[in-house]
Amino acid sequence: MRNLKRQFLAGPYILWMAGFILLPTLMILYYAFTSTSGDFSLLNVTSITFSVHFKSLMLSLKLALICTVICLILSYPLAMILNNLKTKSQGLIVFIFILPMWMNFMLRILAWRLLLSNNGVINSVLGFIGLPGLDILNTPTAVVFCMVYDFLPFMVLPVYNAMARIQPDIIEAAKDLGAGNLTIFFRIILPLTMSGVISGIIMVFVPALTSFAISDLLGGGKVLLIGNVIEQAFMQEYNWNLGSGLSVVLMVFVIASMALMNSHGDEGGGTFA
Amino acid sequence: MIKKSAERIYLFLIFLFLYLPILVLIVLSFNDSKAKVVWGGFTVRWYKELFSNTAIMEAFSTTIFVSLASALLATILGTLAALGIDAMKKRGRTIMLGATNIPLLNADIVTGISMMLLFVRFTRLGLSTVLIAHITFNIPYVILNVLPKLKQSSRTTYEAALDLGATPLYAFYKITWPQILPGVLSGFLMAMTMSLDDFSVTYFTKGAGINTLSTIIYTEMRKGIRPEMYALSTILFLIALILLLFINFRPAVRRERQD
Repeated sequence: MRNLKRQFLAGPYILWMAGFILLPTLMILYYAFTSTSGDFSLLNVTSITFSVHFKSLMLSLKLALICTVICLILSYPLAMILNNLKTKSQGLIVFIFILPMWMNFMLRILAWRLLLSNNGVINSVLGFIGLPGLDILNTPTAVVFCMVYDFLPFMVLPVYNAMARIQPDIIEAAKDLGAGNLTIFFRIILPLTMSGVISGIIMVFVPALTSFAISDLLGGGKVLLIGNVIEQAFMQEYNWNLGSGLSVVLMVFVIASMALMNSHGDEGGGTFA
Repeated sequence: MIKKSAERIYLFLIFLFLYLPILVLIVLSFNDSKAKVVWGGFTVRWYKELFSNTAIMEAFSTTIFVSLASALLATILGTLAALGIDAMKKRGRTIMLGATNIPLLNADIVTGISMMLLFVRFTRLGLSTVLIAHITFNIPYVILNVLPKLKQSSRTTYEAALDLGATPLYAFYKITWPQILPGVLSGFLMAMTMSLDDFSVTYFTKGAGINTLSTIIYTEMRKGIRPEMYALSTILFLIALILLLFINFRPAVRRERQD
């Protein structure tokens, strides 16, 4: 009886989510499957096969994949090293590695634009020591650089958390039973951190796949990701039906990639748990 | 020995990668030259210009208002929701948790666009629509921070209090609330951070003339970079540093005192 009453406390939240999550989702579906005149139409969704749209989707998938792989390669050793630090300052060092995440997202993009531009800091340093400059601003490479910078903490934190949860006893036991370092890594550390790796991959891949600000500001209009196509459909062409249709396609890709990742992992160890 | 130094070098390289961009911004904020790489002497001119830039200052106060207000309202709604979800049977809880995860995992751009479609249909875009949007994506962070604390909290003590004649509200206030408070606070802080850092959702749900720092920096950057932005970056970095130091190292002090 008491329990039943307490359940009603979730009422305002349920109403809120119905109004501001469910209803907007229905609206986007409505626009996606109607033409500008309001008739049922599949054209907005199937327009993903148009070469411009399809190319931007493929580029987004490619860059998001590269970004995720780089983040994973950088994060895993980092998490291991951080976890093995047996000093009093471990808390402080971990803190140092999550602090940049707190800097405004836009300002981090600004910093990379400064570093990468033709007469920017990196090229000046390269020129000073007599090396040829890099011409990577306004290329997909610059976009990937900045994505890795922006999303790296989303990989480091879940992997580090999963690693910190491993009981040292287990590793001690394996050592006592004669396991070498490699065996310990592949039979214990890797399987036990898999849940962290999987949530890290989702946390990096999804924003990388769907971002539009980074490619807009560092791609110089030359790097057109699917996010940019959608943004332009809404904010420049005012074609809400097309924008909604492409958003629905994007959503399908997001859900599919998450389902794919989750089918490989077990249910345990969410990012926020 | 070699392994140790390899580890050190690796940490140092990642450290450089993370902090070099920030360092460049900070140095340039004091540079008395508009060129990016020429050092023209020390100046605080950009800070003065930043503070006399009303558009940026307005965006700054909007950002603070939206993040505090949305985090506060999300904390109230989210804590109530967590209490309700905790009382549900297994099936109801699974459904609710699944629904809670949707806005967390959905792409920001889709969240922003879908809400924009709703708002434009029924009202006008403005500050309140930004606020509603931020509350919406903030609530899940609060729920996911409070629920584990509720699960850990001792049910029996609460029931004992009821048996001894306490009203449910009094028992909640005396028993449950102190136990979930850390979760409520971390949920609030996480919500505030997410709100401060958001760009995509704000971009689509804001009305004309309303700007948060993220959206104004975006607009400015498309026009070209002005040195005030470096000054702004430095200040925001310092704020983040102080806040994070405060959050991370204060509870530790309190815990030591309790032991």
